[in-house]
Amino acid sequence: MADRDQRELSGAAGINRRGLLKCMGWAGTGVVWSLAGGVPRTLGLIGSAAAAEATQGELTFVQISDSHIGFHLPPNPNPTATLGEAIAQIKAMPSQPAFLVHTGDISHLSKEEQWDTADQVIKSANKQVFFIPGEHDVADAGNGKAYLDRYGKNAQGKGWYSFDVAGVHFIGLINVFNFQPGFKSAGLATLGDHQLEWLEKDVAGRSASTPIVVLAHLPMWTIYQQWGWGTADAGRALSYLRRFGSVTVLNGHIHQIIQKVEGNVTFHTAASTAFPQPAPGTAPAPGPMKVAAGELHKYLGVRTVDYVSSKGAPALIDSPLVA
Amino acid sequence: MSTTTSPIARRTRIGLLIGTLGATALLAAGLPGLGAANQAAADVAARAITIKIASFAFAPKDLTIAAGTTVTWENQDEEVHRLAAVDNGFSSPALDNSDSYSHTFATPGVYKYICSIHPYMVGRVIVKPAGKSS
Repeated sequence: MADRDQRELSGAAGINRRGLLKCMGWAGTGVVWSLAGGVPRTLGLIGSAAAAEATQGELTFVQISDSHIGFHLPPNPNPTATLGEAIAQIKAMPSQPAFLVHTGDISHLSKEEQWDTADQVIKSANKQVFFIPGEHDVADAGNGKAYLDRYGKNAQGKGWYSFDVAGVHFIGLINVFNFQPGFKSAGLATLGDHQLEWLEKDVAGRSASTPIVVLAHLPMWTIYQQWGWGTADAGRALSYLRRFGSVTVLNGHIHQIIQKVEGNVTFHTAASTAFPQPAPGTAPAPGPMKVAAGELHKYLGVRTVDYVSSKGAPALIDSPLVA
Repeated sequence: MSTTTSPIARRTRIGLLIGTLGATALLAAGLPGLGAANQAAADVAARAITIKIASFAFAPKDLTIAAGTTVTWENQDEEVHRLAAVDNGFSSPALDNSDSYSHTFATPGVYKYICSIHPYMVGRVIVKPAGKSS
């Protein structure tokens, strides 16, 4: 897996490139694209080739997402196996991450046995894991009670939390409750006033030089409204974060890698470990995308986030699963 | 392996459903007069309507029924959907591919519902007093 050809740098946004990258769209303007096995992947932002040589820095962690344990249909009737492959790939990394984050949809149907299976597989990495829920994890009869009882014991409100490691401030935001019914609105996710008030207090008084990592399940910008791929009140959350020199927003939900840069804030959606979804608007509806059996692994992956120094933005490396 | 337990769980649910239907038939057969039981069965057939969930949409999106009608939603998508009434009057479990959920609307009114997982999926059931649905 350490083969450089299999590793793509996907967004070491240096602050000095702010002007160039301002207003860069998610479609990838300003990003160097490469083709790896037919799948377009970013090689890095223009001018950041040096970052591709990033070595282990002060903090390295790994993001996994959308393991959907309990899914049983094409293109992946066995997401437990592919989650296991992702964990094996993490264990084989030459620079071991300090911990893992899972950005939601651990389970497919919010069932205890699905979380049991996921926990069992992920446990073999021998790392601390920070979870946030996806909407598939709060689909129990108690509207999220099962998830919060199991994973949210030390969290605030409906599961949100923050913590600090190596000078980096991590914030786990929950945008899978408080959906707006789509009768008169777009039916997007929201964070809600309670959580936003907590966020404002959480970051108040912190030095602007503190690097920030935000974890969320749904994208924190509207990628595709027709499929509900956005968070209606994300702008208010970002208004509290823009003063920081480096803000890295990591999310799942859409099962494909898309980036966007807005000033000091970089947004990165992650690959799933279970199945891909179509690119926005390229199919009548979202949902599992069928791919040839031999191609599945190219669409799945794990992401390494590497802070070379605690002052700059991290280097992100998206690695497809190795079959 | 959860992926192998899932189909078994679903077979169990189908078994339970058949069991429930069987029990209902037995109860109906126990009612006085076979003719009345047959009439009741005919009413049930006339008052059962299915809404398809396909391609992340409800079909039909708006449904007008008579009070007392049982509506069954059938998930034909490979993605999970979960029904939730906006007034919290009913909600389904998470419906996997080919799972279904039924709710009987006893009281006239307009019932808005969404998929709680994909809240841009919306539908309405308009319930008229019995006998005035069409």
